Amino acid sequence: MRRPGRDDTPDRLYTLTGGRSRAGSDAFDLVTLVVSEFEPTPGMQSEHTAILRMCRRPTAVVEIAAELRLPVSIVKILLSDLLATGRITARHPQTSRQPARLPDPTVLEQVLVGLRNL
Amino acid sequence: MASATSDTTDPTGPVPATGAPDPAAAPAGPAPAAGLPSDRTPLLSTASNALKIVVVGGFGVGKTTLVRSVSEIRPLNTEETMTQAGQHVDDNSAVLAKSATTVAFDFGRISLNEETVLYLFGAPGQERFWFLWDRLFAGTLGAVVLVDTRRLADSWYAIDRLEQHGTPFIVARNDFGGPHYTHQEIRDALDLLPHVPLVDCDARSREDGKAVLIALVQHLHRLATGQVY
Repeated sequence: MRRPGRDDTPDRLYTLTGGRSRAGSDAFDLVTLVVSEFEPTPGMQSEHTAILRMCRRPTAVVEIAAELRLPVSIVKILLSDLLATGRITARHPQTSRQPARLPDPTVLEQVLVGLRNL
Repeated sequence: MASATSDTTDPTGPVPATGAPDPAAAPAGPAPAAGLPSDRTPLLSTASNALKIVVVGGFGVGKTTLVRSVSEIRPLNTEETMTQAGQHVDDNSAVLAKSATTVAFDFGRISLNEETVLYLFGAPGQERFWFLWDRLFAGTLGAVVLVDTRRLADSWYAIDRLEQHGTPFIVARNDFGGPHYTHQEIRDALDLLPHVPLVDCDARSREDGKAVLIALVQHLHRLATGQVY
């Protein structure tokens, strides 16, 4: 499949992701915290630039999606590109993704302390 | 950002003059300019572990109101788009398929300490949302099922699915001043297992929102330490 060029006018989301409709991996959770490791460079895709600016402080995938007004799955593809080139790092949730696995009681105790202090 | 499953207006859009869809919504004021980069409240640079809790419930039950009451940011809205291919979501070119379903959800967050941040998601309870559950909400700590006693049957499906997924949950009754049922009547109507907590709240109240979350986490702690099964 030919990668759509800059001057094509296919669906906007296809253009953003170079025709891909799935992330290379399930590397990103909704709440994976993304941190920029580099400043944007000239000529970079504008969404990549926006992500690198936004993630100077840790930013969850879902917040990036809300800010860019793009579906989460599209944002994950954009993030995989940046991760593959080392421009971002990802702080993944430490919670198990296995269904029916209960969280560590010490994590829950920390959550309770945090909630009570609100 | 049109979506049939969101029970809120676009948080960045104008506040509608009439017909507020969410009876529990806070009084409509002027919509603050939202979504602008200057509006963003960044996390601490030490933030490293994010947790999820999902608030699930029927249309207009006050999910976003509950999220808003405890969130440190004004709830944001985002969406996921996917085709519904049976139980197994095959996302091969699904994102752009014509039959794609869009599910919109709102979220807020609470920084718990220097490392840990809790994300709260308000998710629709409708049937067509659930095929996305595993993809979006795997690893969630637990769920709050928010119910309106005028429409208890709206939560049956959500409760079934949570039980099926093995996601621990509590039930919170948002007080709309509807018919007053006893807890036992609500438990019977929802066919709740005896160990599942049922609490009352006013979703607009920050203290109540906190209390609901604390009740959920205490329940999770009892489950995790084998105090209830």
